[in-house]
Amino acid sequence: MKLSLGPLLYYWPRQSVLDFYADIADSSVDIVHLGETVCSRRHELRLDDWLEVAAMLADAGKEAVLCTQSLIESESDLKPLRRLCAQTRFRVEANDMGAVRLLAEAGRRDWIAGPTLNIFNPHTLDLMVDAGATRWVVAPEMSGSQLTGLRNARPSAIETEVFVYGRLPLAHSARCFTARHYNLQKDTCEFRCLGISDGLRLSTRDGEPFLTLNGVQTQSARVHNLLADLPSLANSAEILRISPQGSHTREIVELFRAALDARQTPKTAFDASLTLMPDAPCNGFWHGKPGVDQLVSA
Amino acid sequence: MNSSQIELVCPAGSLPALKTAIDNGANCVYLGFKDATNARNFTGLNFDPKQMRDGIAYAHQRGGKVLLALNTYPQADNWSSWTAAVDRAAEMGIDAVILADPGLMAYAARTHPQLRLHLSVQGSATSYEAINFYHERFGIQRAVLPRVLSLPQVEHVIANTPVEIEVFGFGGLCVMVEGRCALSAYATGESPNCNGACSPGKHVRWEQTPKGMETRLNGILIDRFADGERAGYPTLCKGRFEVNDETYYAIEEPTSLNTLELLPELARIGVRAIKIEGRQRSPAYVTQVTKVWRAALDQVMRAPEAFKALPAWMADLNKVSEGQSHTLGAYYRPWK
Repeated sequence: MKLSLGPLLYYWPRQSVLDFYADIADSSVDIVHLGETVCSRRHELRLDDWLEVAAMLADAGKEAVLCTQSLIESESDLKPLRRLCAQTRFRVEANDMGAVRLLAEAGRRDWIAGPTLNIFNPHTLDLMVDAGATRWVVAPEMSGSQLTGLRNARPSAIETEVFVYGRLPLAHSARCFTARHYNLQKDTCEFRCLGISDGLRLSTRDGEPFLTLNGVQTQSARVHNLLADLPSLANSAEILRISPQGSHTREIVELFRAALDARQTPKTAFDASLTLMPDAPCNGFWHGKPGVDQLVSA
Repeated sequence: MNSSQIELVCPAGSLPALKTAIDNGANCVYLGFKDATNARNFTGLNFDPKQMRDGIAYAHQRGGKVLLALNTYPQADNWSSWTAAVDRAAEMGIDAVILADPGLMAYAARTHPQLRLHLSVQGSATSYEAINFYHERFGIQRAVLPRVLSLPQVEHVIANTPVEIEVFGFGGLCVMVEGRCALSAYATGESPNCNGACSPGKHVRWEQTPKGMETRLNGILIDRFADGERAGYPTLCKGRFEVNDETYYAIEEPTSLNTLELLPELARIGVRAIKIEGRQRSPAYVTQVTKVWRAALDQVMRAPEAFKALPAWMADLNKVSEGQSHTLGAYYRPWK
């Protein structure tokens, strides 16, 4: 079982990003996903910078993957997308059907179908394989039993990656909710999300943390954490994805590694992770329940 | 492009709604079966096969078209329900099916090559590259754009695709990219993508408390209303929440999309169809909204340069709007 690091979903200062990946270079992850997937206005790192980070990680023995932006709105979004899909040194994770078209047209046979492509059945997965995908990332809202059903119905080989840790990316919008919070418009947002390392927490009026505002993306407040569910993942995925958070990401990675290597029980690793998380845990989606629920694994 | 070619596409959650839409000038109605194959899977709504046949006959006799929404994402264990719905639609003489799932599009294109395919808003195609992908692979002839693009961005899409473009003109406003929103799944376990439902009624609780009327969705407090405030339905992106100790509509106010005043521009840039949201609304809503939009479209076709959104039209539309207010949404850049 491989461990991957998902793309950094927050907007951090350039040096913080570079330091973060320098640290990840000798961590236990096998695959590192790079690039800005949330907002086209975020420019602390540009494509050339990401390519440099990818090269550094590749030299350190990691598989580096470049991810495309989830929401494409304009020609100025399409230009960097075309450049990203045209480079051939690194694999690309397609997060929009426009990216799928570009990769298929370029004859790439090594790309990854990202979690926003809404692949819920074997027929759609087959189409992605025909178009050149060799790995796919399961939409977080899909349950473990639905995934098993899909994999049983589709015996041919494609790697499956499951989102196992992090605040859940739940929605994308044209509107920036961080800018809205500061009474700004997106076009003149003053980059107020820069340096909010874990996003803005949104709570209900009775004080319960509910969601996280991360620019145009809305995440869960709770942290989706499948550490205790690792036994049920053994036959469901080849790769497990951990989404970076403001701090302790590396410790979370090492807990997953320790549990996978049977140096810790999943339960012990899960208990240890509780003090490293920015919020309470949840795992409902994996169990076919509301995503916010936390179910005790048998 | 001639503005006379803009079709008015109206919602039909029931046979009476279908009839009043056609009677009041809809060119097309869109509807769904009574199950999870469509994105308005609500109790008491939608069509059984007999009603569907009657509805198609009623529309066709009067020159109208009927579009069937099969725009949720099937899974391995329920795949055959979706393909059976496609088969039934083709056999009944539906004018087009509105699909989101690529696997289902491939099935429809292969099994019923004569059946016209529309790409649902749930397909999340926001660029011409994405739309052209569906066109090349499955031959889709129309795409419904998610409510995220500004007017110049819509124009740019139209200029770069052979696919007809349909946009939302009026009704409930999804703030998130359609097909990319799991907020309802997170809170209730039921999502637009997989269950055809957002903030479903069976999870709603209204409760009068000492602090005011509270609306909850699966136990999660969505809003609280003081005496005299009008308590709205707890659609979870339209509640009041706390961020940094400030309580406000953090995502969006309860409001409807209304693009009536943009009609000459929509015509000029080559939009081929305008969609009215609201299959879950009453026949009275459908009557009111269809009347106004028919009159407005007729005026744009006669004399686009002289078009004015009449105050009476806007007043009639506001009466049936969520929160009795309206917005241009993403068509107007500052909304973003």
